[in-house]
Amino acid sequence: MVEPATASLAAAPAMPQLKDELDIVIPTIRNLDFLEMWRPFFQPYHLIIVQDGDPSKTIKVPPGFDYELYNRNDINKILGPKASCISFKDSACRCFGYMVSKKKYIFTIDDDCFVAKDPSGKAVNALEQHIKNMLSPSTPFFFNTLYDPFREGADFVRGYPFSLREGVPTAVSHGLWLNIPDYDAPTQLVKPLERNTRFVDAVLTIPKGTLFPMCGMNLAFDRDLIGPAMYFGLMGDGQPIGRYDDMWAGWCIKVICDHLGLGVKTGLPYIYHSKASNPFVNLRKEYKGIFWQEEIIPFFQQVLLPKDCTTVQKCYIELAKQVKEKLSKVDPYFDKLADAMVTWIKAWDELNPPRGGSSMPNGKAA
Amino acid sequence: MSVAIKDDEIDIVIGAVRSDLTSFLNEWRPMFSRFHLIIVKDPDLKEELKIPEGFNLDVYEKPYMDRVVGSSTSVLFSGYACRYFGYLVSRKKYIISIDDDCLPARDPKGFVVDAVSHHITNLTTPATPFFFNTLYDPFAEGSDFVRGYPFSLRSGVKCALSCGLWLNLGDYDAPTQALKAKQRNSRYVDAVMTVPAGSLVPISGINIAFDREVLGPALVPALKLAGEGKFRWETMEDIWSGLCVKVVCDHLGLGVKTGLPYVWRTDRGDPIASLKKEWEGVKLMEEVVPFFQSVRLPREATTVEDCVVEVANAAKERLGSTDPVFARAAKAMLDWVNLWKSVGYISSSSSAV
Repeated sequence: MVEPATASLAAAPAMPQLKDELDIVIPTIRNLDFLEMWRPFFQPYHLIIVQDGDPSKTIKVPPGFDYELYNRNDINKILGPKASCISFKDSACRCFGYMVSKKKYIFTIDDDCFVAKDPSGKAVNALEQHIKNMLSPSTPFFFNTLYDPFREGADFVRGYPFSLREGVPTAVSHGLWLNIPDYDAPTQLVKPLERNTRFVDAVLTIPKGTLFPMCGMNLAFDRDLIGPAMYFGLMGDGQPIGRYDDMWAGWCIKVICDHLGLGVKTGLPYIYHSKASNPFVNLRKEYKGIFWQEEIIPFFQQVLLPKDCTTVQKCYIELAKQVKEKLSKVDPYFDKLADAMVTWIKAWDELNPPRGGSSMPNGKAA
Repeated sequence: MSVAIKDDEIDIVIGAVRSDLTSFLNEWRPMFSRFHLIIVKDPDLKEELKIPEGFNLDVYEKPYMDRVVGSSTSVLFSGYACRYFGYLVSRKKYIISIDDDCLPARDPKGFVVDAVSHHITNLTTPATPFFFNTLYDPFAEGSDFVRGYPFSLRSGVKCALSCGLWLNLGDYDAPTQALKAKQRNSRYVDAVMTVPAGSLVPISGINIAFDREVLGPALVPALKLAGEGKFRWETMEDIWSGLCVKVVCDHLGLGVKTGLPYVWRTDRGDPIASLKKEWEGVKLMEEVVPFFQSVRLPREATTVEDCVVEVANAAKERLGSTDPVFARAAKAMLDWVNLWKSVGYISSSSSAV
């Protein structure tokens, strides 16, 4: 039986790392009670709350947190017509938070995610682990059988070439969940009682050329390295699909990270996922996605980005072009999505003018 | 075991690099005793093997090996590579091979890990090399495919190789162990995962299992360092073999898993002495890894033998002139495939020494 840590168990770290360089982005439509439990870990940081749904509702933020809050009216005001790229009635709206942030790092978490306990009973400081993951290199070119070699107590194994031991910068840190696992609707229907109780004490780099299903529940990334590619797509109200926002972003960022020589890590930290969403509602949202992903995955597996795509924005615009070319035939939705991807980049660049006037390449193109 | 495998489908192959196997076999007795064992003595080992009673086993030593493969070819099997002779003469479907300085490990709850059972579970459940599952092995109990995992990829492919890990003395190279003299691997990672297709991995021979029927001669006793010694720090044969296996598996659509089970690797040897004696292996990996990353097998290579021959020829062509050790490795691979064709497939039962 796995349980969350209580608020009293969580001990604030002596020196909160990166407190002026990291924003915590939280999408919410209900309330932010869960923040009480995270207080010792989150209080030093600035929060960006993206309020989904009815903008006339007031979302109460627990006292003592430094935050900015955006509802739909704010989004429309700030982006004008470009607000069309931000989803409504779906947690995909969180990516607006990424866009308006002025920090280097983002940590995003769902409002039904609590602090987990490790096998010794200690509360897991998820934010601290994400920071460790992002501040140490990734190793996408050769698999290390002892997982992340930069973790304390680990190292590269015999046979690992020394020339590959410097690694590459880590762009994304993908955390996991105890208790309610992130299953799709069909699996939820078949296994409604299954809980993830296995604490796997590992972080590892997802190898270059390999795609993965990126979950947005417990995710951190380097905005400078990959931010513009973290668009969570068109979901929710008025859209034919839901629960594929983070998946879409995950496939896009992985292809771009592989191209630019950046790393993606997965594994620790765990959070405790408390709420199981309704599988019938989920099925209706995911239904089309389940079929479409059979076309989408081969598309991403075969995507080739030209060498002159040396920035994330250039890669993303090229990706949008190829989505329009190759996926529109699957459904006209992808035509709309490709347009929204371009709108997103335009909005991103407007809100994040390049420092020093010229945009710097984020990495070496493959 | 979670799948009904008959005990007589498994061979446990032990390469005896040291002569006294008493405590090794006694510690593993609860896990090994129901299976047939093949013990292959390192042809360079002078002392008599000490083997406790009560096992169903066959022991192979130099004179017999010379008879079967010819004394010029038996040089393939010196040192840690002696176990490959066991792979050659086995007639079972699954092989499990553990170094003779490893003992059963305990999991964090204190239970002894049955490495044999774990390896068989890994080999008899599908691998998923085409898309990474963030909850690791979806066929493990209490786990499954996560949201976003394409349904068409959920049946997986056959798992041909299971690579286990090591607690205590991790399989580090000599420079790393020499630098971090006190470092021991104490982290028990409760996961098995498939190494993605297209991704290469340094496969340690210390604790492995494979489907012999499917892989045949894909594990190759080929790369022999000039100063190869009797400690793992002084060898790279398994790393070369593993890279070859991974390339073949990727080409043929077979899976390779890594992770559980753990074994406990006892402290042995001196990394600094190994480093002084033999750093060639570390240097060679700078050539070896890019080579394997660039190997492309033609569509016409549809059998394991074809694939191994292609890799051997590519090695000879691209690495042969870099260092004689590579030319020798390429030749060894071709000799091995031929040996396998003549000895590996004979249906007559093997005879003990």
